[in-house]
Formats: sequence, structure tokens, C-alpha cells
Amino acid sequence: MNNAAANAAGDKAVPVMPAPAAEAQLVIDRVSKRFGEGPGAVVAVDDMSFDVMPGEFVACIGPSGCGKSTLFNIIGGLQEEYVGNVMIDKSRIAGPHAAVGMVFQEESTFPWRNVLDNVAFPLELQNVGQSERRDRAQKFISLVGLQGFEKRMPSELSGGMRQRVSIARTLVSGPRILLMDEPFAALDEQTRLLLGDKITQIQQELHQTTLLITHNLTEAVQLSDRIVVMTYRPGRVKRIVNIDLPRPRTSDVVSSPAFGKYVAEIWGDLREEATRGMEEAEAGAAARGKTARG
Amino acid sequence: MADAGAGRSRWAAPALGAGSVIAIFAALEILLKTGIVNRFIVPYPSAVLLSLERIIVEENVLGRVGETAFEMFFSCIAVILIGVPIGTALYRYRALRRAVEDWVAALAAAPLVLAFPLFLVLFGRSSLTIIVMSVITGLAPIIIKTTEGLAGVRPVLINVGKSLKMGDSQMFWKILIPAALPVIFSGIRLSWTFVLISVVGIEFLINLGGLGQLINDLAERYDLPGTYAAILFVVGVSVCFFMILERVETWLRPNP
Ligand SMILES: Nc1ncnc2c1ncn2[C@@H]1O[C@H](COP(=O)(O)OP(=O)(O)OP(=O)(O)O)[C@@H](O)[C@H]1O
Ligand SMILES: [Mg+2]
Repeated sequence: MNNAAANAAGDKAVPVMPAPAAEAQLVIDRVSKRFGEGPGAVVAVDDMSFDVMPGEFVACIGPSGCGKSTLFNIIGGLQEEYVGNVMIDKSRIAGPHAAVGMVFQEESTFPWRNVLDNVAFPLELQNVGQSERRDRAQKFISLVGLQGFEKRMPSELSGGMRQRVSIARTLVSGPRILLMDEPFAALDEQTRLLLGDKITQIQQELHQTTLLITHNLTEAVQLSDRIVVMTYRPGRVKRIVNIDLPRPRTSDVVSSPAFGKYVAEIWGDLREEATRGMEEAEAGAAARGKTARG
Repeated sequence: MADAGAGRSRWAAPALGAGSVIAIFAALEILLKTGIVNRFIVPYPSAVLLSLERIIVEENVLGRVGETAFEMFFSCIAVILIGVPIGTALYRYRALRRAVEDWVAALAAAPLVLAFPLFLVLFGRSSLTIIVMSVITGLAPIIIKTTEGLAGVRPVLINVGKSLKMGDSQMFWKILIPAALPVIFSGIRLSWTFVLISVVGIEFLINLGGLGQLINDLAERYDLPGTYAAILFVVGVSVCFFMILERVETWLRPNP
């Protein structure tokens, strides 16, 4: 199937990855995305391939600007024009898929709804009756640890609490695949570790397939079964690392030697990319400065 | 303790407001008494207050308040029912927006009252003329603010809707409108102000109907205290209108 899809996508016929096992739930197959045309074009994602098994937790890590959100939008069906195939349950994604739940990088709670109504929003769209709606929303509010805040407005919550509201709102409709784009980016390290525990716990309970997009090493190693390390511009798969840390995990794992080894190993890969990213950004700025002056 | 503070500040502001009005009236009274201000141009505030009873009894001012309020009510409703859909259309269709945006802005600045003879011909000397002219006068701010509010909705909220596979009309009613509501309300506020000025102004101009006509009559009779007393009623009506608007606003927007 992978080969056929690759052929359909055109150009080089040799798959970069070994053909994924038949049961992969999410297949990213030679996906590319370019913004713009001509010399000013930016290749945000270049020929990326990997797959995610049912119930697996995969993190995609890369430096800022490497194309992570672009990939997130493609998989979520918000970016419908792309080259290659994103396959869910063997069908190609071209538009939002009912099985996929998305948690966005930016703050995305509805400021005009209280916590309960925010979380119940997807159920409201499905015309679920009011009392059932409340019960189901309540369950996920407790799951993310916000019981007691049901009647509060988002403006009365901290950033971390608002992000938990968004996560609960995404989980309430029971997505089989959970996509998260740097959900904890705006949070401090302690909150991030504790929310990581929450996420692990939730996944233990719901067994949803999860793809976490992040630029945070600790977070990626703490949570994942596998980590896809991305290159900087164009965004490619540099390496895929299996994380063989025991489960169930808690944030305590960060102090174990094995954890440190993984972090060091991935940082080795990532440092090259991040350095290159910084150099390119600086060179770009210098060039722009020159043309502006010239 | 905090409650007591809040209670005090709740009364302090209106008390200060009422106090300043009384103080200004008193100061004006003194200025008139001493002849610094000409009392053939400005009547004594006390005379204005005394003439309130007269214009209520003899000039049927309450009936006229009703008439003005009736025209304003319909104009204000119509301005929303017409302005919000036009603003939405301008948001939806970029080309349309580029084509007419400047015209809408020009409409806001146009001295439309000057076209009153045209409207008299079209709609006769009736409340309808007043309502139609006032609606057109009040339309621009609400159109502009509706477009602005909808265009300003954060893209991530729209993406949330898309990821939930919301249809166009669900997206509009459940995300775009609530997210844009605060901005749309600022448009409604402006529009209603325009409508209010227009209704009374055109009543005055074409000598028809409610408080505007009464003010016209009284002014022609050189009944200055009566004129100013009638103006007080206009102020009263507008205060009531904006109190209603505030109620509607808090009712539509869940309290934080
Ligand atoms: N709509 C767009 N039009 C043009 N260029 C875009 C667009 N979206 C993203 N890009 C470019 O694609 C590249 C990747 O952007 P993307 O948002 O995917 O990065 P990211 O890895 O999510 O970064 P961050 O970690 O900062 O969120 C960037 O160089 C960006 O300028
Ligand atoms: Mg991003």
C-alpha cells in the first residue's frame, strides 16, 4: 500500500521508510509542503514519512520554524493542499477527519463560554442532550484536574488551566487519534512536567493514539514511545528514536540515568539543526538588512 | 470590608454625577441672576424645572415621548437587522468589501438630513420618513464594526471549528458571532447614538411627531423654559435607551 501511494505521489519510487506494518493507524507517507512559488518559496515539510501504531505515543521534535505546525495542520486536515499522503485507516486525508482531535499551539478556549460549556462544546454540536452533555464534560474536566472550576470563565484561569480546558474539549468527543501542537509551550517547566503526568495518565486510561508536536526535549522523552527528530528547513525526518523507558511513567523518570542518556542522544541530533536554524535566520536577517540598505 | 467598599463606590459615582448636575444648574442660576449670562438667551434653570409640569399637562409631552420612543425603537431594531447582515456580507465577500467599504465610510460622514425633501416625497410626511432616514443615518457604524469584528476573530478559533467539522452556519452562529460580539456591540452603541440624534433632529426639521416637533413649536413660541424642559425629556429618553442597551449586552454576554 505504501509503495502504491508513493508511486501515486510521483517522483522517486523508492520509499524512504520500510513499508509500515499493516496495522499502523496513522501513516505519514512522503509528505511535502511548500509555501509560495519561485525563489521566495519556503519548503516547510520535505518528504517526511513515518507511521504511528494504534495506542502509540509519538513525539515529533524539531527546532522552531522547522515545519512542525505545518505538518500538524496537514495531518489535522486543515491544510488540504499537500504532496504525498497522510493516511488514516487506509484513506487519504483531505479535510478534517472525525477520528482526529486537535489541540492547538495557541490559546484556543472560547472566552465567552465557561469551563463546562467550553468542554461540552463538541457534544453540543452532536446534539447530545443537556444532562448527558454535562456528565460527559464533567468526566473530562475531572480527568484534566479542573473539578471545581466548571463555572469559571477562561479569563479567570491561568494559562496552564486554559490549555487543560482545550485538552478536555478535544478529548470529550472521543478522538481515536489525538494531535497536539506544542500544547505546553507557553508554560513553565514545573507545570509542564505535571501536565505531562496528566497526559500520560489520560493516555493510560483512554488508549488513544497520540502525536505530540514539540520543541521540548524533556517533554518528548518523558511522554513518548518513539520520537521523530526533524531537520531544520526543509523539515525532514532526521532520525526516529525508540524510547524504551518503563511504563507506567511519571515525571520522576526525568531523574533516571536512562532518561538523561536519551536526552543527550537526541540533543546531539537536534543541536546541529538548531544551530543551522539560528545561523540561517541570522544570515537571512543580515541579507535583508543589506538589501534594505542597498 | 471589601463589600462595604464596593457598595460605597457603587453609589459614589451616580451621586457625584447628580451632584455635578445640581452644581452646574446652581452656578448657571447665579450667573443669570448676576447678569453675566443673558437671560433672554438662556432661561433660569429653576424656570425650566417649573415648566416641566406645564409641558406635561398642556403639551402632552409624555405622549410625545411615546411617539419618539416608538420611532427610535423601530429604527434601532431595523439598524441591527439590516446592518449586521450587510457587515457579514462584506466580511464574507472580499471583492464586495473592497468595492463598497469606502462608500460605507462616506455614508457615516454624509449629512444625510439635507436629503430630507427627497424622503418626504418618497414616504410622505410620516413616521416612516423619520424611521427610514434614521436607519440610513445609523447604518454605517454597525456595518463597519460587524465586518471588523468578524475579520478580527482569531484564526485558531476558526481552526477549532474546522477540526470539529462544523458547517458554515454552525461556525457563524457558534464561533464567529460570539467572538465578534464585543466589537459588534461597540458598533451598535455608535449606531444607536446616530439614530437617536437623527430621530429627534428630523422630527424637529420636518415638524412632525414627537419631542422634536414639540421643541420646534416651543422654540417658535419663544417659550425658552418649555423648550429646555422638552430637551430634558430627550435626554431622559436617551438615558433610558442606553440603559436598555447595557441590559441587552450583559444578557447576551455571560457574566465572567
Ligand atoms: N501560511 C504560510 N505561508 C507561508 N509560509 C508559511 C506559512 N505557514 C508556515 N510558513 C513557513 O513555513 C515554515 C515552518 O513553519 P511552521 O509554523 O510549521 O514552523 P514550526 O515548526 O511550527 O515553528 P514553531 O516551533 O515556532 O511553532 C516557516 O518558515 C514559516 O515561515
Ligand atoms: Mg508551530
